[in-house]
Amino acid sequence: MPRRPLRTAALAAVGIVVGWSALAETVRIGVIAPFSGPFARYGEQFQQAVETYVALNGDDPGGHQVEWLWRDSGGPDPGRAKALARELIVSDGVDYLAGFTFTPNAMAVAPLITQAEIPTVIFNAATSTITEASPFFVRASHTLAQLAAPAARHAHGEGARKVVTAVTDYAPGHNAEEAFTAAFEAEGGEVLDRIRMPLKTTDFAPFVQRIKDSGADAVFVFLPVGPPTFAFVKAYNDNALADAGITFYGTGETDETTLEALGDAALGLTTLYHYSAAHDSPENAAFQAKLAELHPGAIANFMSVGAYDGAHLLWTMIEAAGGSDPEAAIEAVEGLEWTSPRGPLKLDPETRHVTQNVYVRRVERDAETGRLVNREVETLPDQPDWGLVGD
Amino acid sequence: MSILLAILVDGVAYGMILFLISVGLSVTMGLMRVINLAHGGFALIGGALAHLALIRLGLPWAVAAGLGVLGTVAVAVVLERAFYRHIYGRPELEQVLATVGLAFLMIASVNLALGSSLLALPAPEWMRGSVDLGVRTLPVHRVVVLAAGAAIALALWALVERSRFGIRLRAAVDDARAASALGIDTGRVYAAAFALGAGLAALGGILGAELLPIEAYYPLRYLVLFLFVVAVGGMGSIAGSLAAALALGVLDTAARYLVPDFGTIFFYLGTMAILAVRPRGLLGRA
Repeated sequence: MPRRPLRTAALAAVGIVVGWSALAETVRIGVIAPFSGPFARYGEQFQQAVETYVALNGDDPGGHQVEWLWRDSGGPDPGRAKALARELIVSDGVDYLAGFTFTPNAMAVAPLITQAEIPTVIFNAATSTITEASPFFVRASHTLAQLAAPAARHAHGEGARKVVTAVTDYAPGHNAEEAFTAAFEAEGGEVLDRIRMPLKTTDFAPFVQRIKDSGADAVFVFLPVGPPTFAFVKAYNDNALADAGITFYGTGETDETTLEALGDAALGLTTLYHYSAAHDSPENAAFQAKLAELHPGAIANFMSVGAYDGAHLLWTMIEAAGGSDPEAAIEAVEGLEWTSPRGPLKLDPETRHVTQNVYVRRVERDAETGRLVNREVETLPDQPDWGLVGD
Repeated sequence: MSILLAILVDGVAYGMILFLISVGLSVTMGLMRVINLAHGGFALIGGALAHLALIRLGLPWAVAAGLGVLGTVAVAVVLERAFYRHIYGRPELEQVLATVGLAFLMIASVNLALGSSLLALPAPEWMRGSVDLGVRTLPVHRVVVLAAGAAIALALWALVERSRFGIRLRAAVDDARAASALGIDTGRVYAAAFALGAGLAALGGILGAELLPIEAYYPLRYLVLFLFVVAVGGMGSIAGSLAAALALGVLDTAARYLVPDFGTIFFYLGTMAILAVRPRGLLGRA
């Protein structure tokens, strides 16, 4: 008897016959993430975080042996992600998939995992609609709406009435802009201008000047981590927007991997985000201590914590269902509550996405280490994915 | 009126950064006729060395920048001997493949040694803050870039068009055999010109780092930008590169002020228009 009638039927439909019986003892997890190219660091961070989780929690959940298969997706490349997922499912016989840095890559595998019934844990890809694309998706990271909507309410609560949004002109930027605008207008505020900046922009001075001339009292910003963020923050400072009374509200712009390069220019910036490496809790301390022990010099940030909590979801599913019962695996994590390095988490059974605290952070220089940190100054508890819950 | 002035000021300041990071390529690709796609790699090496001197060794900014440029020149001299010398006379496709491969090697080396996050090059105290020009406050850093760009353009023009070295270089490129028959040590002239190009790349990388931050993927991330400036300016023309960089800078800035929703399309349309009318670039040599 085949162990998985549905999955086997699906595979038979594409004309491939695989003997499953040989895999009875070992649970296999295929991870699709970038390990080469400009985003290679993300895959490396996934791997480091997973190793850290395994070192702290044991390598045999529920007595099962776990085998990890790491596959390189390169950058945003849905075709390659889909091909890798197919190969992992069909040839390697994985029981779970995980990883996914970019939304298009996650979207591309949705039909496959639905057909083959492979529970798939998203470590990062942050577009709300992903978890709607397949009932076998669960997500351990964040969504842009989950951050942008609380950012809008917080900005309004702090007295902002007229804002400009400035986002990078690509899908995540649009998501962030729409969620922020909707929430801010619902609070009674006014969005004066919605600026979408080309992905290739290197000089942000004209945009910053436009924000300055708009008469806004705050600007909401979303840019991809790396050079664009760096250049925008420089332009914000060079043009003295803070002195002109325009408060900066961002999300991940002050990410731990970019923060030191930003230097003093970042001091005082306000961002709303779900994880700060400076989060003060025993769980975070244990995570960072182990990470530093295994990988000296590794930086803990949203990528690593997404993979760390993703590993927790995988371990919970394997403990409950081994590798043979995908439905039971998903059920085992729906409504699951635990304390992560970032704070309390709950996997919302409706959206299969984590409900979590969003922290208001301010960049300051740590007195002890002399390094820049995102200091949490306020906690907005239990934020669901406003992209799916709100409408 | 004030918006026009703002466009002009911002555009010229941005254009000068484009000029600074591209002028080295104008030397190697334009004057020496080597399709050097690893140009950004020399900017990366310069930036990385300056980063090490500045952050790890704690040296003052100017010293670190100097070390970055000199270190890059040293690397360039070695690479010229070991590598570039062998591809000078080769067909263009072979040069493209060889130098792109070199760019990958440079990226991987920096990635391995320093990681792929941004390499901070914080500007010194005197370069921070801004000056009020009436129409627009301009960061001091950009004023420095403007001055450095103008000085380099002038010095290069004098070097190539007026100095003995310039005469030898042009002679060696135009007809290497005749030049060496006349007693010009062409190997040396080439090495010096190549080192000059690499040193300018490093200087551009370091001075432009406030806008185009140094990180391992720098050589490929901005490659198209360098090529645009050199192509529009005309191969081998320093003045052409300067004119092209300023024109593209002003055009791109104007588009961002006036029609931000159109993205960078005007940058490309402008380039196409110029190259359609003048296929050899603004001031290209025939």
